[in-house]
Amino acid sequence: MNAGFHLNAVADEMSVRALLADMRARLRAHGLTEAACSTVEIVLAEALNNIVEHAYTGAGAGEIGLHAVLAPDSLTCTLSDQGAALPASHLPAGRLPDMGAGADALPEGGFGWFLIHSLTRDVHYAREVDTNRLTLCFDLPEPDGGYR
Amino acid sequence: MELHETCHDGIKTVTVPETRIDAAAAIRFKDAMRAVTADGPDHVVLDLSNVDFVDSSGLGAIVAAMKQMGQGRRLDLAGMTPDVAKVFRLTRMDTVFVIHDRVDGATQRDAG
Repeated sequence: MNAGFHLNAVADEMSVRALLADMRARLRAHGLTEAACSTVEIVLAEALNNIVEHAYTGAGAGEIGLHAVLAPDSLTCTLSDQGAALPASHLPAGRLPDMGAGADALPEGGFGWFLIHSLTRDVHYAREVDTNRLTLCFDLPEPDGGYR
Repeated sequence: MELHETCHDGIKTVTVPETRIDAAAAIRFKDAMRAVTADGPDHVVLDLSNVDFVDSSGLGAIVAAMKQMGQGRRLDLAGMTPDVAKVFRLTRMDTVFVIHDRVDGATQRDAG
């Protein structure tokens, strides 16, 4: 049988923190392993940070919705916001940034979409009128068996 | 962000007392690191044993903290918790830093 929950947050960094803590507690209560909880938290943190920093940039704080559906072998999280659409309404590819030549050239960003794609089975983005909907699908339990 | 620092055998250990280096903390962390590494030993060990979670902003801030120390100086990491280790492993940043299981292993004279 499927279970789920819905959470809302104001689009700012401290509210994202609180949303992630609430989500992790709920996933733990549903019996997800710590490894699975951490995977979901890493992905949701990146997706939520993108909304705070890019979708709502300059427009003041908006609202973010998180809808989670738990099935026995999968978790689907849908994030919705009313900020700006992704550029060209496309999901970024999410390659690992170039490590550069030497310590001075090491990247300090550009990891977010890479982490999102690496840790999900499937990512889907839709722009619906004034709403961004990002759907993130996870296999449960993690195929790699958790921490190495 | 308030960071705790100790010096032993010419190695400075900087301990992060907070549990998250995330988008809300990254700039404060980077600025605090600049202050505590501005002078003193060339070899610094960052103790992450209290940190449960690092996102890409926090990861970028740790990389920036290393870069802003300047050439000829060294920032090692110690005491990574599982979620933090996972982010470093996935982004291959675990190949950039010397990583110690425990702080006391990082501050032995013959370590590293």
